[in-house]
Amino acid sequence: METMLNWLTLHQDMIYIVLLSVFLGIEVIGRVPSVLHTPLMSGANAIHGVVIIGAIIVMGKVQSDNLTALILGFLAVILGTLNVVGGFVVTDRMLEMFKKKK
Amino acid sequence: MELNILVICYLIGSVTFIIGLKMLSHPESARRGNLIAAAGMAISIFATIFLYEEDGHKLQNYPWIFAALIIGSVLGTLAAKRVKMTAMPEMVSLFNGMGGACAALISILEFDHIYSLMKDGEVSDSGILLIIFAGLIIGTISFAGSMVAWAKLNGRIKDFSFQGQHIMNLLIFGVIICLSGYSIYSGDLQIQTLFYVVFALSIIYGLFFVLPIGGADMPVVISLLNSFTGVAAAFGGFLYDNPVMLTGGILVGSAGTILTILMCKAMNRPLSNVLIGSFGGSKSSAASKDQGAYKEISISDSAVVMAYAKKVMIVPGYGLAVAQAQHVCHELEKLLSDKGVEVNYAIHPVAGRMPGHMNVLLAEADVDYSSLLEMEDANDVFPQTDVVLVLGANDVVNPAAKTDPASPIYGMPVLDVELAKLVIINKRSMNPGYAGIENELFFQPKSSMLFGDAKDVLQKLVAEIKTL
Repeated sequence: METMLNWLTLHQDMIYIVLLSVFLGIEVIGRVPSVLHTPLMSGANAIHGVVIIGAIIVMGKVQSDNLTALILGFLAVILGTLNVVGGFVVTDRMLEMFKKKK
Repeated sequence: MELNILVICYLIGSVTFIIGLKMLSHPESARRGNLIAAAGMAISIFATIFLYEEDGHKLQNYPWIFAALIIGSVLGTLAAKRVKMTAMPEMVSLFNGMGGACAALISILEFDHIYSLMKDGEVSDSGILLIIFAGLIIGTISFAGSMVAWAKLNGRIKDFSFQGQHIMNLLIFGVIICLSGYSIYSGDLQIQTLFYVVFALSIIYGLFFVLPIGGADMPVVISLLNSFTGVAAAFGGFLYDNPVMLTGGILVGSAGTILTILMCKAMNRPLSNVLIGSFGGSKSSAASKDQGAYKEISISDSAVVMAYAKKVMIVPGYGLAVAQAQHVCHELEKLLSDKGVEVNYAIHPVAGRMPGHMNVLLAEADVDYSSLLEMEDANDVFPQTDVVLVLGANDVVNPAAKTDPASPIYGMPVLDVELAKLVIINKRSMNPGYAGIENELFFQPKSSMLFGDAKDVLQKLVAEIKTL
């Protein structure tokens, strides 16, 4: 318990970011028309691809003789990139169809 | 100096995510919002690669990182560019699963690292272990669940449930929590076995979590899993003290949860009903009682009643999307308009396989945005409408949602097409729709069935009306 409490104190700035982001996320979405539900879901899907940054950091720290870790990290970066690139491209394709006509 | 630049880059990244999400929720700015978020993402990624350092060491293994980035980008772009409009929801689900798997892999690698330190006699940090376990569990559930959602939308697997499935799910989840809690606090060396047991159980939980949920509810589930992955990404942010991962992940986590609730509201069902109700899987209420006879109408009769009507309303559904008939549909609409018929489209918010599906589809065929009526507006117009043409829609025009409390879709707002003078329903056959529910609309005296593939039928209608 002691260590957990210490840990909370140590990371209090992170915890503030989390709390504020939760409310920000709710506010930002607010009243979205149902037409945009799917593109918004898809856009949010691309944004959580930030997880790729974690994959890059892991990958960059792996000792170059640890083959298992290298392969797993390599896989993680590929998967993360798929999430980011694929996510943004699919969202753009969806939204392309909404562009104003005439 | 370089680290300061990294901090600024992360700040830019976080701000673009917020602005991007904000702009994505307004039709005019949505596309730019997506591009802004993408730009912020690119800045954050490249800043991490070149500027990140830990204890004064830069990242290594550049060839591996760049090779993976290139492979991922090429595959991702190709997949996203090639996918058909009808298959977009499953594509989103697939990409979401990739993100979840990525978060789980990060946890596995970090655990490996910590475990090797523990074997050398170092005391484990329970805070970090907690983050690693949480990232593993949520990431894995999101991955396994997304794969099931993807396969279901594909039609590769069917709904699957058995007695006591919800109890078993709860049990599995309880075991996951207990094992993780024990591992984190005990910190003994058995932890490695337990870690992989938790990993395996999370996969099983993810599978059983989504398997019993009906295919028609998949967009809601994908949105929920989407917010799970966001939370998993945020745990990665905790792990590396990385603010951009934290803000991005939590933003998606909370916005995704709100979006999930909004989607449920559009169907007028609480989220718990979606998750536990096994929509469409229930056999009791879908019992096919003898509904009596239905009428059929010929192409030429349909053409005549539509061409000489004052007001025609087209109700598009998934059948239109599958048949890729949106362009012919627009042709029919123009043809009727030229004859002086007022043609509008009635768009149900959850028609098709994803919210907004019909808007996207009709926009692709250049249909004028102003002729698309939202459900409430359309319902006001139905009583003055002469002919309603239902194209491959079923559950969204089912009057049972208003009248039959035993129906699984009872309470869902539907389009009141039966208020119009004549309803022509185009379907491929009399089989019940996606949710497996009989539709009494088809047997009402005002209704006539026009069987056939939507594209085929529409082409014949267009040809017929031209000869009139």
